[in-house]
Amino acid sequence: MEELKKKILDFMTKKGKFKSKMYFKDLCKADPDAKSREIKKAATELVKEEKIEYWSSGSTTLYGLKGAGKSEAEQFGGEE
Amino acid sequence: MADLKKHDTPMIDELKKGPWPSFADDINTRAESGVQCCYDLLGQMELSYVHKETHWKHGGIVGVFGYGGGVIGRYSDAPHEFPSIAHFHTLRINQPASKFYNTKFLRKLCDMWDHRGSGIFNFHGSTGDMVMIGTTTDQLEPIFFDLTHQFDMDLGGSGSNLRTPSCCVGKARCEYSCLDTQAITYDLTMTYQDELHRPAFPYKFKFKTSGCPNDCVAAIARACTSIIGTWRDNIRIDQKAVQAYIGGEIKPNAGAFSDRDWGPFDIQKEVIDLCPSKCMYMDGNELKIDDRECVRCMHCINVMPSALRPGVDTGATILNGAKAPILEGAQMSTLIIPFMKMEYPYQEFKDYVELMWDWWMEEGKNRERLGELIQRQGLRHYIVDILGRKPIPQHVKEPRSNPYHFWKEEEVPGGWKRDLAEFRKKHLA
Ligand code: HEM
Ligand code: HEM
Ligand code: SF4
Ligand code: SF4
Repeated sequence: MEELKKKILDFMTKKGKFKSKMYFKDLCKADPDAKSREIKKAATELVKEEKIEYWSSGSTTLYGLKGAGKSEAEQFGGEE
Repeated sequence: MADLKKHDTPMIDELKKGPWPSFADDINTRAESGVQCCYDLLGQMELSYVHKETHWKHGGIVGVFGYGGGVIGRYSDAPHEFPSIAHFHTLRINQPASKFYNTKFLRKLCDMWDHRGSGIFNFHGSTGDMVMIGTTTDQLEPIFFDLTHQFDMDLGGSGSNLRTPSCCVGKARCEYSCLDTQAITYDLTMTYQDELHRPAFPYKFKFKTSGCPNDCVAAIARACTSIIGTWRDNIRIDQKAVQAYIGGEIKPNAGAFSDRDWGPFDIQKEVIDLCPSKCMYMDGNELKIDDRECVRCMHCINVMPSALRPGVDTGATILNGAKAPILEGAQMSTLIIPFMKMEYPYQEFKDYVELMWDWWMEEGKNRERLGELIQRQGLRHYIVDILGRKPIPQHVKEPRSNPYHFWKEEEVPGGWKRDLAEFRKKHLA
């Protein structure tokens, strides 16, 4: 589990340079051999540890590294 | 209290004219009771009407701790003009199966929402959930705490999750029901908790359960998996009651439509001739049904409920793939499994759900609904290769039609290209 979590974080950090938010399906590429159920459990733990966070449009949900991309304050203030 | 700021809203005010009740009236009434965000809501809407563009920003990092669904983030892109709706998030609440509450509960919920949000509700959204419209980010955790600790309620589904399962009133009140729709909805909600709250699907996924083919929750139109009550034995016929309908002692349609004089009830014209499979006939004084041909449409039962009833060997028909995305157009669910017994703990059903989900999660593209995947890879592939079932004539697809209007470039002012600098002037973010 810890190993998988690390793989996910590494993957997101690398990919995060280009894209601050990604789909769950993209996270699965962090370890192509792991079952998606395992990836989900690891991602859920990372959310609980506040290392990654959910971003939702309302109809679709994405994952991002905590603090990457637009922050809560920026969304609210409308400044970029 | 600070002065309330009312915006000038001539176009919104137009909506209050005419014979129908209008949301503009409702929101205005609420505003007049001292809720500034309702004035700002109407003001911003007026601005959208002027610009013919929305001023809402979709989405965001909102939610309650550990949940990836249930809260839909909304921000105004003109927060300086409309400060009280600078954040205006929507919450979905997992409604009780069949939507039963008592008034005490509802009053208390309204009090909580007056206190912590805009006070505007949508009972119920097309998803089925109670929808609480409009609150600020700092209120989300307190609302969640109140819901779970005072109301024994949970957030509903939104985002790439299992959406809150929903169902018709079922056996609780309806004698037609072939399924315990509430038990099924409760069980699915509990079994798939994690899928409801922590997103891992390519896109949203919906279960809807109807107790019978009358399908008053529109399970066919709205769900990725529609569970529709049916029977596989014969329609029960009470010949004495059939005669009572013919003789006029019992009103057809349980008395509905009786405000006009339609003449005496004519069983041939009103029931037998309207049976879609033409499997009913009178044999002297006896009503006969060739049940092998009956398609379980419910028509005859609806007209003569005292004489005809669904059979007793009940279960569900399972359909897949309703959707309403813009690109491919709307699609109704397609029949997949004609009959499945639905008895606790619904193991056969759950085995099938897992086959379906595994395939969709593996093969589905981001933002692709199950119905679209079935369309893309083919119904045959899904039924034969994925589910391992034998095809049957009922699996033949109906011709689909596309209800959406697609604009041509010459019909749109400015065509497909627009001036980005102009756009940014109006939209700060
Ligand atoms: C704040 C600006 C708004 C945005 C960005 C927005 C967007 C959305 C989104 C993303 C959904 C969820 C769709 C889904 O299930 O995947 C939704 C639901 C809905 N919206 Fe809006 N909407 C907004 C305002 C409004 C307004 C002003 C109305 C009506 C006048 C409205 C009516 C509805 C209704 C009826 C639903 C369905 C609720 C449900 O089924 O749970 N929305 N909206
Ligand atoms: C011929 C025209 C229309 C047809 C055939 C149609 C059909 C439908 C259907 C089948 C549904 C799903 C019902 C369900 O969830 O069970 C629906 C929902 C809805 N429709 Fe329409 N519709 C039409 C016009 C409109 C118009 C003009 C509006 C708005 C001005 C509208 C607003 C809505 C909304 C808000 C919902 C979701 C209701 C909810 O939150 O429960 N529809 N419509
Ligand atoms: S769908 Fe059928 S069972 Fe459900 S409430 Fe309507 S008539 Fe009754
Ligand atoms: S349920 Fe429909 S198909 Fe079956 S006998 Fe009645 S009218 Fe005919």
